[in-house]
Amino acid sequence: MKKIKCECGHVNPEGTVLCEACGKPIEENQHIDGNDKRKLLNMRYDGSARRSQTYNKSIIDKTWNFFSSVKVGVWLIVITLIASAIGTIFPQEMYIPADAESRDPSIFYAERYGLLGQIYYQLGLHNLYGSWWYMTLIALIGISLVICSIDRVVPLYKALKRQKPKRHETFINRQRLYSETKSVTKEEKEKMVNRLKQLRYRVSEQDGHILAEKGRFSRWGPYVNHIGLIIILLAAILRFSSVLYIDEYVWVREGEQIVIPGTGGEYLIENKDFILETYDENDERFQESIMQQGGMIPSNFQTNAIVYKQQEADVTGAESELEKIAEQEIRMNEPLKFDGYTLYQAGYQLDEFKSMTFGIYDTEDEDEEGLGSFTVDLTSPESTYELDNGFTVNVDKYYPDYYMDDGVPRSETNYPRNPAFVFSVYPPETETPEISFVGIGRNIPATEENDYTLGLEDFQVRDVSGLTVRRDYTLPLFGIGAAIFMIGVTQGMYWYHRRIWIHPKDEGVLVAAHTNKNWFGVRKDIEKIIEDTNVNMVEDQQELDKK
Amino acid sequence: MDLLTISSIALYTAFVLYLVATGFFGATIKDKQSDKRKGNISGKIGITLTIIGFIAQLVYFITRWIVSGHAPVSNLFEFMTFLGMCMVLAFIIIYFIYKLSALGLFALPIALIIIAYASMFPTEISPLVPSLQSHWLYIHVTTVSLGQGILAISFVAGLIYLIRQIDQSVKSKKTTWLETVLYTIFLFIGFIVITSTFNLMDYNATFEYTEQNATTTTEYHLPAIAGPNDGTLLTEDTMQPLFETPEWMQGADAGRKFNTVIWSVITGSILYGLVRLILRKRVGAAIQPMLKNIKPDVLDEINYRSVTIGFPVFTLGGLIFAAIWAQIAWDRFWGWDPKEVWALVTWFFYAAYLHLRLSRGWHGEKSAWLAVAGFGIIMFNLIVVNLVLAGLHSYA
Repeated sequence: MKKIKCECGHVNPEGTVLCEACGKPIEENQHIDGNDKRKLLNMRYDGSARRSQTYNKSIIDKTWNFFSSVKVGVWLIVITLIASAIGTIFPQEMYIPADAESRDPSIFYAERYGLLGQIYYQLGLHNLYGSWWYMTLIALIGISLVICSIDRVVPLYKALKRQKPKRHETFINRQRLYSETKSVTKEEKEKMVNRLKQLRYRVSEQDGHILAEKGRFSRWGPYVNHIGLIIILLAAILRFSSVLYIDEYVWVREGEQIVIPGTGGEYLIENKDFILETYDENDERFQESIMQQGGMIPSNFQTNAIVYKQQEADVTGAESELEKIAEQEIRMNEPLKFDGYTLYQAGYQLDEFKSMTFGIYDTEDEDEEGLGSFTVDLTSPESTYELDNGFTVNVDKYYPDYYMDDGVPRSETNYPRNPAFVFSVYPPETETPEISFVGIGRNIPATEENDYTLGLEDFQVRDVSGLTVRRDYTLPLFGIGAAIFMIGVTQGMYWYHRRIWIHPKDEGVLVAAHTNKNWFGVRKDIEKIIEDTNVNMVEDQQELDKK
Repeated sequence: MDLLTISSIALYTAFVLYLVATGFFGATIKDKQSDKRKGNISGKIGITLTIIGFIAQLVYFITRWIVSGHAPVSNLFEFMTFLGMCMVLAFIIIYFIYKLSALGLFALPIALIIIAYASMFPTEISPLVPSLQSHWLYIHVTTVSLGQGILAISFVAGLIYLIRQIDQSVKSKKTTWLETVLYTIFLFIGFIVITSTFNLMDYNATFEYTEQNATTTTEYHLPAIAGPNDGTLLTEDTMQPLFETPEWMQGADAGRKFNTVIWSVITGSILYGLVRLILRKRVGAAIQPMLKNIKPDVLDEINYRSVTIGFPVFTLGGLIFAAIWAQIAWDRFWGWDPKEVWALVTWFFYAAYLHLRLSRGWHGEKSAWLAVAGFGIIMFNLIVVNLVLAGLHSYA
């Protein structure tokens, strides 16, 4: 590697723009930071040698240089930003409203949004955030974060560590804040140094040259927050593993005890009661608002739940025992946690049918005197019901959630929300059945000649609670990433790295200052330092948008 | 007098005080250099009034909290009002760092417009639905809007910078864009003016129309220029719509919202036109001479400083607290809901701003344009996402 020796004696690595020790611009490298075209020195990364600015031969160099470019980084951010925004034009697949006529994406988008919707769907934008190209963009941002950070943090660290108080004059007079004073007494200089110390600058001296520095650690802020972001991205990748991340949904009926999915049959949940409460319409505070919103504003969704754990059976073949491990009222914002799993109140279904009791009547009997009845348990309907009076009823078809689809009966879901049946009724000692269609408020005999009618005599309903089951071991990692990001961003944004140089020249001094942000603050510091001395106030040599 | 009345009066007081304070900040600008001391005095009066106004708004906030039993940040009115308050707080902080009175001349009117805009939405106290019943409601919402309030100051500084610096002697792309930004502010004023006018007249027209195969009614408080798609006017003696809202505009009350937009554009444009007629030059050109005493590098610094202060606060409230709450309430910390996505878009945008500024030297004018655009995104997230894209966060 070609080293560059500066006139101050310091040996700099290849690609250095400003000597690490004295800051003298290294002639042949001035184009790198554009110093050759400007009066002021570009102080980014203190003119240290960055790999990306030094080598450009091999494929590795070129890849490295591509990702280490902030320009590329910003482009990646901007593209991702625009892509993210596009994903909100129409609802994403998972947000297709429940009341849509068809929730099938291939139909929904075209039907509701016309041609644009169709295009949106066909470009796959309805599932944009899970698409390979969106994930690629995020991954590229991740790579860019890593390479950008490494490319800069190492040389910057070295440069700040090796800097000497004694600087080359061209370094001083090409700083943004600069002043020259012809004659300054020793007392005045001492005064300045004391005040710098009072302002809690770290002051170092070399042959009468003074460097006062404050808040260097804020320079590491960006790299710390990038580490936080990388941890978050890693956590997101880990989520694809089912060991670390389980996401299930379970419907539990009141009074029911079922295995919690995703737990390998180890845990069971019992729903003791589901409660839906609404705000009191007579509550003075909310009256007006409740009226405006058409009444019935829910105030609480709650499942009174018990969680059991299967105990290992002592004797093989013996019934395993259940141990109650948690009992809680699960509400929104109050999930139930046990052994790494969390249960969230996520949905409900009121008044689902539990059982239905049908009676058989003689069609011609006007008093509707029951000839017999049978009860269908909707959780497990049997295929045949034998009645005491000799009737046999076969269940031919069962539609738990009946609706008519172009004249064909179908079931919308598998849940008994609107049950309907096709029964074959065999009167005693008959071989030919009578067919009947029976549902809620419906009773349609197959032919006009049916001798017997079926009627709904009684039914039982219960509420069903929908719970999400989660186990997410990646959460702590996301938390750590977020915390590190916040630390880094605070460190970088709420503190400032300030340096003030006092450079003796003949009888007088040159004063220069550099900060990475808050120039206003460093100017105020200098005003305090030079108070009642002859030293001239620094001038801002930068001119904004010349006019 | 009940607490709710006190609350309303306090908000009204704050509004008036901000308005008067704006006048005093305005006075500091007109003064010649020789009147510097006089300028200082009116600046001091201005900031004092602003602080008293802020305290009055705090009284509004606390009393409303007591009445409703939950932090008043649960609907669009409450949230926007709070954003206005955060903006004023951010302005007060920045004022004490930089002592720039001209900032008040622009920051307070923007806050006023936001608060007035908020009052156009239903102001009744609404009960909290189960998903909002959490301490995270105020932890999350207050942090987000504090962050947005601080970022809004960077917009104000950027706007002043642009008005001050852009060459107004010839018409150019830049002057046109700047006028567009100013014109947009007029549209908001137009919305406030026309809505208040018809509110005072108690205008009401009910329409019946079909939405998602169900017949619903909607109440127009502005005469219907655009009626609901396939709607019938039920109220007698009111204006028949000139045309129907096109079918492709979807969502709850699309017709009424579209109609409101049309009215705002008409009113705002008339207002803007009148101002142009009176000034006989671009609005930006008319303001420019008043700003000649302000140092552009101070504006640039405020622009940047507000972003550096606001960005971490916004990240904490808008992404991190938001994620924690979403995890507790909705069982997932991130769900690509439109509001979440736009919070991410905002975050990406300011991240790009910081990188462009730090590494590519986008200072001054470029930075100012970015600050203006950033605020545009924040407003888009508050208004368009809530009213048009509406996902889980729709509470307007």
